[in-house]
Amino acid sequence: MKRYVYIDDDESSHDIYCDNRISNRKYTVLNFLPKNLWEQFSRFMNQYFLLIACLQLWPLITPVNPASTWGPLIFIFAVSASKEAWDDYNRYLSDKKANEKEVWVVKKSVKKLIQAQDIHVGNIVWLRENDEVPSDLVLIGTSDPQGVCYVETAALDGETDLKTRVIPSACMGIDVELLHKIKGVIECPSPDKDIRRFDANMRLFPPFIDNDICPLTIKNTILQSCYLRNTEWACGVAVYTGNETKMGMSRGIPEPKLTAMDAMIDKLTGAIFIFQIVVVLVLGVAGNVWKDTEAKQQWYVLYPHEGPWYELLVIPLRFELLCSIMIPISIKVSLDLVKSLYAKFIDWDHQMIDLETSIPSNATNTAISEDLGQVEYILTDKTGTLTENKMIFRRCCISGNFYGNENGDALKDVELLNAVSSGSSDVIRFLTVMAICNTVIPTPSKTGDILYKAQSQDEDALVHAAARLHMVYFNKSGNILGIKFNSSILQYEVLETLEFTSERKRMSVVVKDCQNGKILLLSKGADEAILPYARTGQQTRHFIEAVEQYAHLGLRTLCLAWRELKRDEYREWSLMFKEASSTLVDREWRVADVCQRVEHDLDILGVTAIEDRLQDGVPETIETLRKAGINFWMLTGDKQNTAIQIALSCNFISPEPKGQLLSIDGKTQDDVCRSLERVLRTMRITTSEPKDVAFVVDGWALEIALNHYRKAFTELAVLARTAICCRVTPSQKAQLVQILKSCDYRTLAIGDGGNDVRMIQQADIGVGISGREGLQAARAADYSIGKFRFLKRLILVHGRYSYNRTAFLSQYSFYKSLLICFIQIFFSFISGVSGTSLFNSVSLMAYNVFYTSVPVLVSVLDKDLSEKTVMQHPQILFYCQAGRLLNPSTFAGWFGRSLFHAIVVFVISIHAYAYDKSEMEEVSMVALSGCIWLQAFVVTMETNSFTILQHMAIWGNLAAFYAINWIFSALPSSGMYTIMFRLCRQPSYWIAIFLMVAAGMGPILGIKYFRYTYRPSKINTLQQAERLGGPILSLGTIEPQQRSIEKDVSTLSITQPKNRNPVYEPLLSDSPNATRRSFGAGTPFDFFQSQSRLTHSTSYTRNCKDN
Amino acid sequence: MASSSAAGAGSTDPTAARRNTKRPKYSKFTQQELPACKPILTPRAVISAFLLVSVVFVPIGVAALIASRKVVEIVYRYESKCIPSNVTDRVAYIQSSADKTCRISLDVTKHMKSPIYVYYQLDNFYQNHRRYVKSRSDEQLRDRSEEGSTSACKPEDTANGKPIVPCGLIAWSLFNDTYSFFRGNKNLTVNKKGISWKSDREHKFGKDVFPKNFQNSSIRGGASLNESIPLSEQEDLIVWMRTAALPTFRKLYGKIEVDLNEGDTINVTLQNNYNTYSFSGRKKLVLSTTSWLGGKNDFLGIAYLTVGGLCFFLALAFTIVYFVKPRQLGDPSYLSWNRNPGGH
Repeated sequence: MKRYVYIDDDESSHDIYCDNRISNRKYTVLNFLPKNLWEQFSRFMNQYFLLIACLQLWPLITPVNPASTWGPLIFIFAVSASKEAWDDYNRYLSDKKANEKEVWVVKKSVKKLIQAQDIHVGNIVWLRENDEVPSDLVLIGTSDPQGVCYVETAALDGETDLKTRVIPSACMGIDVELLHKIKGVIECPSPDKDIRRFDANMRLFPPFIDNDICPLTIKNTILQSCYLRNTEWACGVAVYTGNETKMGMSRGIPEPKLTAMDAMIDKLTGAIFIFQIVVVLVLGVAGNVWKDTEAKQQWYVLYPHEGPWYELLVIPLRFELLCSIMIPISIKVSLDLVKSLYAKFIDWDHQMIDLETSIPSNATNTAISEDLGQVEYILTDKTGTLTENKMIFRRCCISGNFYGNENGDALKDVELLNAVSSGSSDVIRFLTVMAICNTVIPTPSKTGDILYKAQSQDEDALVHAAARLHMVYFNKSGNILGIKFNSSILQYEVLETLEFTSERKRMSVVVKDCQNGKILLLSKGADEAILPYARTGQQTRHFIEAVEQYAHLGLRTLCLAWRELKRDEYREWSLMFKEASSTLVDREWRVADVCQRVEHDLDILGVTAIEDRLQDGVPETIETLRKAGINFWMLTGDKQNTAIQIALSCNFISPEPKGQLLSIDGKTQDDVCRSLERVLRTMRITTSEPKDVAFVVDGWALEIALNHYRKAFTELAVLARTAICCRVTPSQKAQLVQILKSCDYRTLAIGDGGNDVRMIQQADIGVGISGREGLQAARAADYSIGKFRFLKRLILVHGRYSYNRTAFLSQYSFYKSLLICFIQIFFSFISGVSGTSLFNSVSLMAYNVFYTSVPVLVSVLDKDLSEKTVMQHPQILFYCQAGRLLNPSTFAGWFGRSLFHAIVVFVISIHAYAYDKSEMEEVSMVALSGCIWLQAFVVTMETNSFTILQHMAIWGNLAAFYAINWIFSALPSSGMYTIMFRLCRQPSYWIAIFLMVAAGMGPILGIKYFRYTYRPSKINTLQQAERLGGPILSLGTIEPQQRSIEKDVSTLSITQPKNRNPVYEPLLSDSPNATRRSFGAGTPFDFFQSQSRLTHSTSYTRNCKDN
Repeated sequence: MASSSAAGAGSTDPTAARRNTKRPKYSKFTQQELPACKPILTPRAVISAFLLVSVVFVPIGVAALIASRKVVEIVYRYESKCIPSNVTDRVAYIQSSADKTCRISLDVTKHMKSPIYVYYQLDNFYQNHRRYVKSRSDEQLRDRSEEGSTSACKPEDTANGKPIVPCGLIAWSLFNDTYSFFRGNKNLTVNKKGISWKSDREHKFGKDVFPKNFQNSSIRGGASLNESIPLSEQEDLIVWMRTAALPTFRKLYGKIEVDLNEGDTINVTLQNNYNTYSFSGRKKLVLSTTSWLGGKNDFLGIAYLTVGGLCFFLALAFTIVYFVKPRQLGDPSYLSWNRNPGGH
């Protein structure tokens, strides 16, 4: 599907394409109620409540006033509906603001000011500096004579740097006045959401000379919601409008995530529902039998002899209603409330504020905090997540000479400085490539310094380093680059830019040296994307060594190369390149193919090494979280050796002999299969050993494994606690998450860049680091934090507390509902199984909604262990991971407790208030008071730490119970008139209540004490230790000093090269006879790369050890 | 996703908004650092709690038991004794219009201090049956103008097309056995004033509401009411309308305001009118004194003694275990983390 956009001819497009009205709204005024209700009723719990509420409208069967269900139901629905309505109203307001913004538009060759919503496809839109772009435009003119303009795309992809956009060549040089009259056609694909691609063509109509088809790319567009910067004005043709813009298309409501705990609560609700049905059936049958036998003789009941057929249903339905409170209507409200409070605690947490940027942590998704406490796998990105993503040029190797190895900083290496000042041609070429083989834009600042706007941190580092080495890239005007070297100024004209893609892994520029007219190809890229294309005869051994050495140090390497192109060769190639870049179909692939044709026979200049420092506290965080039983996978686009080195330095994998690293590799299916099986065998053997076995896999092998050996790979994924996946694409990251999720593991994905977005959305919990690569990941994520080390606190403190609190809250909610329900069931046995409710409507409603939900809400302040203790003993997280606090067996405990308490309350009420005292209202209030007192003590018993708020809620609630009932007892019209005053004056009431408390809580206290003292869980032991101040606190200083670790890391990177054997084996993963390779003395682990050996597993482990 | 929608509309510059984000306010609440007391279950605390409970409960139990034992109670079950031995169909007999007067005598075995409460007790009578308990109209009882609001009273709502006052099954089935007491030949007056709740007389049953059209329907229920006395003075009805929660219940019939001495014989002439025979319910006549805890009911005393005893036993057991098998709380040696992380 294509669309043809005729410039400034909106008649033709009016009907076909929508206008520029943006709508993010979910509802309209008319459809709000039905649509919202429909959404709410698509949930089982709500349907259930509605059914109950409807049944209650039938007076024959309802035990209580229908208001007792309708009230809370309407309240709950009103709360969620008004929340939705409020959100939607805000969206409407912001839409309106954007829609009514005034913009200059050319319509029928006349420039006029219209509202943004009236822009149509084909209109020419004029923008001033700092204007927001109202729709997707194809640039046709800018104030810049070269046709360049700058846009900030932060709203679109979160990247804060400026991007350049150029007008298409066809529009180059058109006079400002003529832009009003421009006519033409743009052929572009139907709207999609890919913000990095726009494969279109443009043809201008006469009199505009250039009648050829001109290719358009994303570089020629400015997209909706970007801002025009550093450009006086720009104008463009609207091609996509309204909700069909790239921004509009990529909006979408992410699928709501459900926590494991919610799933468990749903399951338990289902179980309770089944229990309820059974109870209803049993009581229904019993009731009908009683009715037919006994009730017929009870003349005062006056049962008619013949009833309508539905009489049979009446009693079961009555019991259904009587038991309907088994599924507490308040649980949804309570859970929503506490969950949003958990999220707020994360937002508020001062210990999770990034001090550098003072950005606090943020929980975008307020519903999944409990899952944080149940994380089993963390899949982490490397760059920017574990590391700071602050690239610093550290070392280089220029034609065989290593610079920067001694002091760790090439910029201070005297030899290099000497080489630069002596003007060695290799070095100068190297620096030239560093300076201009990029897409960096230099802008002079007011102070005279030069600021670089770079899209990639590596390029930024290289340009800065070149500048420090006196090769200053100071100006870019149009295609002319200006470079200052020492005092001379050199100029280059950029002819083509062969952009970086993750498939090509290199980028090149074709430039013309303005001094001598030579055409040069300058390339930089990953070693495997450059070194194989070296010109024949060049020795690449040095470079391979350098790459390997740098990779061992955890440095990022880039190979720089160049080649002189002959004029004819260039001309021929540039035609092909033009053609390829104007194709509409498979453009990316075609362009890559053409690029390949010129990027060969390269003259390798050298290797750069860029350091990306680990973030503060990363090793400790990983160590702590691994102690907490969380498995780590590192998914990175970086190369294997760098990844492994980073993994080592941040405790990701342990050095030999504690750790072992197995590699899955291979270029063909068979190779991968063999290697996979071998690793699997080892894994199976070593699972019993206390050894950290990790596997490492690269993108290629991973692709094969995922496509052909998914089962084996899944087994491996389950066995391996640690994995490093290198060179993986965003979609592979997402697939890996998928695999772990399919094995029922709770996964957390953490990343910072756009390439992590899919993984973050796929995982159970997505965490984004609001880092340097923009906010894209942080936006898509459920939680955004400033630094990796906050993850520890996020999981161990917030996740764990949330889990514990919700576990208590949800089970308690069932407990209290079951308690009152059991009493009703017991009562039905002494009321002729007729479905009489012991409690009146007011009490029932207030019990669920008020008396029992307030005290438990403050359990959000409960802390079983102090934060410090948890940090010292992260292993305690196991209780959350394994779901020890909310599962069918703990639930059975609560179920039993409610049954026991119901028996206590019921038996004591009916015996203490027997004979002459057995008045319905009084017995009912005695039983209700008993329930309230018991629940206050249950909450007290289950609370681990009492703050003033908890005391207020628990005891205040008890006082409120009496206050409210006294008020009701004072109203002559209420059914309970004077009841509560009468009761409170009777000694037997108080005696009965205390008896209930003692009889109900005594056994529970006894059991709890016994288990606490003689069968303590780890949590109990830690509680005791913490509160008695025992020796444990001194024992468990797991957390090492941050400083010392950092020192270790830095010494590692400095000292290792010296100790190491200076000669390295070639690291070519495809060399068939390369067997297991050691990284030399002091290199810490085992690394397998062979396919030939270890065909028999028996000798396998021995072999490893021998070596 | 507030951020995405804001960005979608593009009304604000998100970067600027982010930079300006204020540091969240610091307070002990937001940092979850409110000072908290964290009690733990130390042996000392738990054992003393159990001891305390037993120390408090045993005396209360003893007191309750003594109070209950001090109550003198005479219970006489009469529903079978008051049927002439030659009657085979008891239901037919009770529904017939024959003279159902019955004389019984009660022996006072212990001195009974006035006031002595006279109760009738019904067993196996479900005043709490759903159909029964709902069949009343409080509006009608309270307010003369609400005479017609009988919708809740079905099936005893109207008779002969006119509303029944008081309507409903409860009123309709009003207990109608009567008792008169003699000590020797001397009549013992039974005070039937003030046997109902004061609040009921004053607020629930209207002073100007008179029985109307009562017991006029095809099937006759229980007692009839004097149509010239307002409901607020029909105390038997008021007592009866306080439905019982249990199928066994006692309702106050009246008070004897003189002491009865040990050895006295009380002759009771009773009209055995109420039909409990169709559902084999029992009828009992009860004379009882009262204590601070109410009538004779050993349950609370026994329960208190049991709970107190059990608590004492638990305290003792925990103490013994504590000394026999001392266990240091929070011993780090229980903290071995050698679990299998994959094994769940």
